Amino acid sequence: MSTVTPDPLAPAPIDRQGIRLGDVLFKGIAFVAAVGVTAVLGLLTYEVFSLAWPAIEEFRLSFIWTQGWNPNSNVYGALVFIYGTIVTSVIALLLATPLSIAIALFLTEIAPGRVAAPIATMVELLAAIPSVVLGLWGILVFGPWVANHLEPFLNTWFGFLPIFSGDPSQAGILPAALVLTIMIIPITSAICRELFSRVPRDLSDGSLALGSTRWEAIRRVAIPYAAPGISAAVLLGLGRAFGEAIAVTQVIGSGNTINESLFPPGDTLGSRIASSYIGASTAIEAQSLLYLAAILLVISLVTNVSAQAIVNRFQKARRMSTG
Amino acid sequence: MSSAQIIDPYDITASSNNLGRRRRIQKLVSLLAILSAAFAVALLALVLGTVLFKGLSQIDTAFFTKPAALFGEKGGIADALIGSALIVGMAMIMAVPIAILVAIYIAEYAGPKAASFFRVMLDVLNGVPAIIVGIFIYGLLVVGKGQSAIYGAMALAILMIPMVARATQEILELVPRHLREASLALGVPRWRTVYSIVLPTAIGGILTGVVIAVARVAGETAPLLFTSSITQNQISFNVDEALPTLPVRIFTLSESPSPDDQAAAWAAALVLIAFVLAMNIMAKVIANRKRKSLEGG
Repeated sequence: MSTVTPDPLAPAPIDRQGIRLGDVLFKGIAFVAAVGVTAVLGLLTYEVFSLAWPAIEEFRLSFIWTQGWNPNSNVYGALVFIYGTIVTSVIALLLATPLSIAIALFLTEIAPGRVAAPIATMVELLAAIPSVVLGLWGILVFGPWVANHLEPFLNTWFGFLPIFSGDPSQAGILPAALVLTIMIIPITSAICRELFSRVPRDLSDGSLALGSTRWEAIRRVAIPYAAPGISAAVLLGLGRAFGEAIAVTQVIGSGNTINESLFPPGDTLGSRIASSYIGASTAIEAQSLLYLAAILLVISLVTNVSAQAIVNRFQKARRMSTG
Repeated sequence: MSSAQIIDPYDITASSNNLGRRRRIQKLVSLLAILSAAFAVALLALVLGTVLFKGLSQIDTAFFTKPAALFGEKGGIADALIGSALIVGMAMIMAVPIAILVAIYIAEYAGPKAASFFRVMLDVLNGVPAIIVGIFIYGLLVVGKGQSAIYGAMALAILMIPMVARATQEILELVPRHLREASLALGVPRWRTVYSIVLPTAIGGILTGVVIAVARVAGETAPLLFTSSITQNQISFNVDEALPTLPVRIFTLSESPSPDDQAAAWAAALVLIAFVLAMNIMAKVIANRKRKSLEGG
């Protein structure tokens, strides 16, 4: 037994085989996880399309430009929902983008640090409000306010525009677009803030030293510098707006027609899918709902991948110009 | 308008002629930026204030201990709280280990091409609308087998994985190289280096990511509509059947015309928002503490 006493100066025996086995195993498990997550994305796309396949075969591409959703006469078309999705999201974006840029400029250029930090946190918290809670507020508080105050006001002053014509309504395209605006402001303003804070100090200082005002330095130096990033931020906000289903379902009111006015109820791809969760009455209706889901999936993927592509190209160009 | 007034916008000596106007524009723009920020803060205050004002009066102990109302009587949210806790808890157990493994692969093992491929895949998965994830699990599992809390948790896990994985991967890449190199130079195998040097260093950032992801999925309604929404509204711990959850409860109550139901919806919304905000604040505290300890060390 006494012979086992190890020599403290001798090199510790190295179990090469054991080390390699552990590394191979660990790397293998991590690799399988990464591939698995990618596979989920593929499986998801495949599954949505295969579930929708009977409807895709039945209606072909004309589904996209057919108007109407009537289980009794077996007429199914996506046009109303595609219209609703695009109109609500584009309005939301038109309102949110300038606001987000202004908020980002306030946080990076105007506010002193101890004011900027808590306000930035509060804008972030706006994104933390669950969409169902925003929808609850939208349906019970915001919708009635829109119908009683905002829409009559718009109608009185801008009623000559077809989009502000007709009777006010508590649920409709307009309140849905405004709720979406609230949801995307924190996303786009956070990205814009990040972009503006990365504008090289010497560039804006140079502009200021040449005698431009702060706004002129922002307009001619900071905004052009951040422009590709801003467009990516806008696309990411758009992706979010396209995919939002719950809050929109609560405030948009489930309409089956396309109207010139923004006041009457409409529906988006996401909101139509969400509101029929209880069950479709026929198989073909269920498959048509999945066809809507497939369209929504394609639109979201295209928007997100384009945003990624812009970001990547921007970073590559930046690397080449600095390196 | 004489031609002398046309100013070359890049000629500074010329434009300084109307410095007053340029200063006014500067002031106007500053004012607009301040108003925009004030508007965003006011929106937050308005929504939170309304939920607090309308919800607080409804909340008492019975609200937390009783299940949903059947007919007319005042109900509670005990069943939905249990359902939410079980589903979010299961989603966390499924998502966090996978997400951390994916992040470790990207940050520690993958080459630059593979790393950027998997990063893009995670971002794309993150951009898939929540309702589509719900439809996916619905088509894959719920059709034929029926709804269940486990399926709901799977849908939430799919939403959580890219969030946690991206946050973790970014933190892992911030861990100083010399820590890894010191460990490897001492003959420690790579996997042990990751396990006992890199992960403990990054734990604060990983926790922040997990907490934020939990806060986000706890408020998700869309994936649960198709996987765990047709429920008994009784207190149940059986995860093989559909369980009521807080977001789905708020969603269905919000669509009800009854004032009692709407009041219950506000109270449930207050509970959900309090949880979500508490998680977000917790994430901030962890992140700040971590930063301080890094700066101090």
